[in-house]
Amino acid sequence: MVRGGLMGGLDDLYQQLILDHYRNRRGRGRIDGASASVHEHNPVCGDECYLDILVVDGRIADIRADGDGCSISQAAASMLTEVAKDKELGEALDLVEHFRLVMHGDAEPDEDILGDAVALEGVAKYPVRVKCALLSWLALRDCIADYRETTAMGG
Amino acid sequence: MGNSTHTALDATALRAEFPLLATPRPDGGAVHYLDSAATSQKPQRVLDAMDAYYRETNANVHRGVYEMAAEATERFEAGRDAVARLVNHPREATVFTKNATEAINLVAWAWGVRELREGDEIVVSMMEHHSNTVPWQIVAGITGATVRFCPVTPGGEIDMDALRGMVGGRTRMVAVVHVSNTLGTINPVEEIVAMAHEAGALTMVDATQSVPHMPVDATAIGSDFLAFTGHKMCGPTGIGVLAAAPGRLEAMEPFLGGGEMISDVTTEGSTWNDIPWKFEAGTPPIAEAVGLGEAVRFMEEIGPERIRAHEKVVAQSMLDALDEVPGLTIYGPRDVERRGASFSFSLDGVHPHDIGQFLDSKGVCVRAGHHCTKPLLRSMGVQSTARASAYLYTTDDDVIALRDALVECREWFGAA
Repeated sequence: MVRGGLMGGLDDLYQQLILDHYRNRRGRGRIDGASASVHEHNPVCGDECYLDILVVDGRIADIRADGDGCSISQAAASMLTEVAKDKELGEALDLVEHFRLVMHGDAEPDEDILGDAVALEGVAKYPVRVKCALLSWLALRDCIADYRETTAMGG
Repeated sequence: MGNSTHTALDATALRAEFPLLATPRPDGGAVHYLDSAATSQKPQRVLDAMDAYYRETNANVHRGVYEMAAEATERFEAGRDAVARLVNHPREATVFTKNATEAINLVAWAWGVRELREGDEIVVSMMEHHSNTVPWQIVAGITGATVRFCPVTPGGEIDMDALRGMVGGRTRMVAVVHVSNTLGTINPVEEIVAMAHEAGALTMVDATQSVPHMPVDATAIGSDFLAFTGHKMCGPTGIGVLAAAPGRLEAMEPFLGGGEMISDVTTEGSTWNDIPWKFEAGTPPIAEAVGLGEAVRFMEEIGPERIRAHEKVVAQSMLDALDEVPGLTIYGPRDVERRGASFSFSLDGVHPHDIGQFLDSKGVCVRAGHHCTKPLLRSMGVQSTARASAYLYTTDDDVIALRDALVECREWFGAA
């Protein structure tokens, strides 16, 4: 029975760390002269995410996320900017993939990999909210793919 | 339960007829279902009617000569009689579709694709549900016609002056919603239909949010087409209605082809069945028509005027209750004479998704999102809203639960 929803489970979904990232966003904004940028949106709720990365020597020297959305999507973006910064592009992709598997319930979360984003573990139990958490993370995946495509073409 | 319009309906007593509402949540609390604009709950008698059809007389309609098939046909067509009676419309011009969306698409394809030309204009309002926007955009893309959007005033009503300026010689179709699913606004559809007809345009009225909630007289509205759906009026999903003005359906070519809709089929071509069956290709939603017929009888016994009177009272309670929540903004008209009991709102510092999730933990079911009205929300400068929508079974308890949960929600997310 889905009736009654998440009775008593609110704290499980909205861990304190999530609310903290929601109220005090890290890595918010845009990057002037970004190496790659993507704009993603969730057609179900209209949430939007702009993600910019600055790549220096194959590493994410800066990453910023902007846009509007619910606490889960905003906290997830905030956590992403912290954990993805300074990662090599390949490492960043592995990070995104690990997070994606966790959100789909296909992997146990590894705090060493995810950092604060481990607090989003509970979201996996709420299928309609998984898209909120994944929005910015999948934006990073697309952003890196765009970057690689452009640099491969442009030299 | 009488049918007097003088006594108020007893929503608490009516709830007992809805199994989902009468069953407590696992924690013992009541279900505060405030999403009836999305779909209504179903009374037991509707479920029973559908069940009885399958158990007692399941057979295809309009085909078999055996008694059971005749009985199935009778129950199916009785469903049509009921919906036609409810909206005061001739039964033969009352077509069953899958839902209101399909009813509008039927007109867009069977009329629009054949009749529209480059330079023609389709006028819709900015508060249309996507179902009364997207089909016209598709047809415009095929024919070269243009879709024009009439703006909505800051008070959440169709800008009638702007509409008068838009509807003219090029206008071929004016498509408007009777009651907005997002704002709750009741639009002056009779006036809009008259304006369109004066300009020589046809009209499509989306009555999805009005027929379940108030008396609707399709003949008095006088639109060329009027669409609504079964599942928002105590009936099942999978069945909608297109009510067309006399002569319209006869003049149109079919939408979907197949069994049932033909008069004769030869290798050279086919001829069409009489209306309404000309527009009902294939086996129709039989059990659904039976269920919808029962839903209409349920509504008739209560009385659409009493449903409307009850919802006006609920709408006023909702306004008062929502006004008590700090940081809350209501969209749409505040006068209950000009609105239904569907309320979109935002809460400072809390995203609608989070409102929906928090309220769920209190047993309060509301919708969060764009409500399939993205052009409207864009024009209002908001991305999404939360929406609480009432029906004949909504009580003061539901309204109070909503208010209390919203106050707590704001504190919980630290927005207070």
